[in-house]
Amino acid sequence: MVVINDYLCKNCGYCVKFCPKNVLEIGTQRNKRGHFYPVAKEPDACISCAVCAAMCPEGAIELPPKGDVDNG
Amino acid sequence: MAEYKRPSSLADAPSGYCPGCLHSLATKLVAEALDELGQAENSLNVISVGCSALNILYWGNDFLSVAHGRAPAAATGIKRTNPERLVFAYQGDGDLCAIGLAEIMSAANRGENFTVIFANNQTYGMTGGQMAPTTLIGQKTTTTVYGRDPQTTGYPMKMCELISTLEAPAFVARYALNSPKGVNDARKGIKKAFQLQMAGKGFTFVELLTNCPTNWHMSPLQTLEYMNTNTIPYFKPGVYKDTEVDA
Repeated sequence: MVVINDYLCKNCGYCVKFCPKNVLEIGTQRNKRGHFYPVAKEPDACISCAVCAAMCPEGAIELPPKGDVDNG
Repeated sequence: MAEYKRPSSLADAPSGYCPGCLHSLATKLVAEALDELGQAENSLNVISVGCSALNILYWGNDFLSVAHGRAPAAATGIKRTNPERLVFAYQGDGDLCAIGLAEIMSAANRGENFTVIFANNQTYGMTGGQMAPTTLIGQKTTTTVYGRDPQTTGYPMKMCELISTLEAPAFVARYALNSPKGVNDARKGIKKAFQLQMAGKGFTFVELLTNCPTNWHMSPLQTLEYMNTNTIPYFKPGVYKDTEVDA
């Protein structure tokens, strides 16, 4: 499951475009620097392919090892 | 199930690049390659002038900022005096193939044992979007307002093709960063260039096709399409020289 560091995001939209499962969408909240940032609209559809993380120019998306994510 | 962690070579801060600029993706790929090879602390980044110099803001390892276009000349001295370090120059197209054309060709021709990462966005980004040597025919910039005309300004310069004609370089390749496949190939290419340098094989050159949403006057997603239809047909990605394979 993706973890998005919204502070680094600049709203280029590459993660949304290249996600093969349409997990992400640009949200309605702005980060501290004024950019809208992506959120997972369908987190259960994520297949952890890491394409979003690879395409993010800012390195704002990470995929932690399984078990490290607190979904609560 | 893939895992992905932000490279440790990058400081925990936003880059100085515009939204959607593939320069920052190129920098991230270099950082990933260094982390994978365990060479982050042993590396020395020779930073040029232009948007590529924005590396300074979030590059976590050693770097040296040098005069415009002279990164290969500075890297030559650094590598010769510190042969154990992994030295690479990170240059843009204005720096590398305009003011720095003599330095890059001479360093490549001598087969200096360092790596050049060349980010080609077909414009002078930092100074306001003027025509670069790599600007495409018909591409509009602030100094070619009707589009680049080869009758007056010549043709876009293909650096990989030029450098691969030289005898000395060990590895010359071009990758486009506008698709996941291109990014994946670029990561492998950068890693291979660093490995060849560490093995003392000689000059390695990796060109990365990037964009400039600000000066192309497009959204980031539009620039990716523009690259597909205009940039990639002219600057064809591929490995132009690999002495290991060619031998």
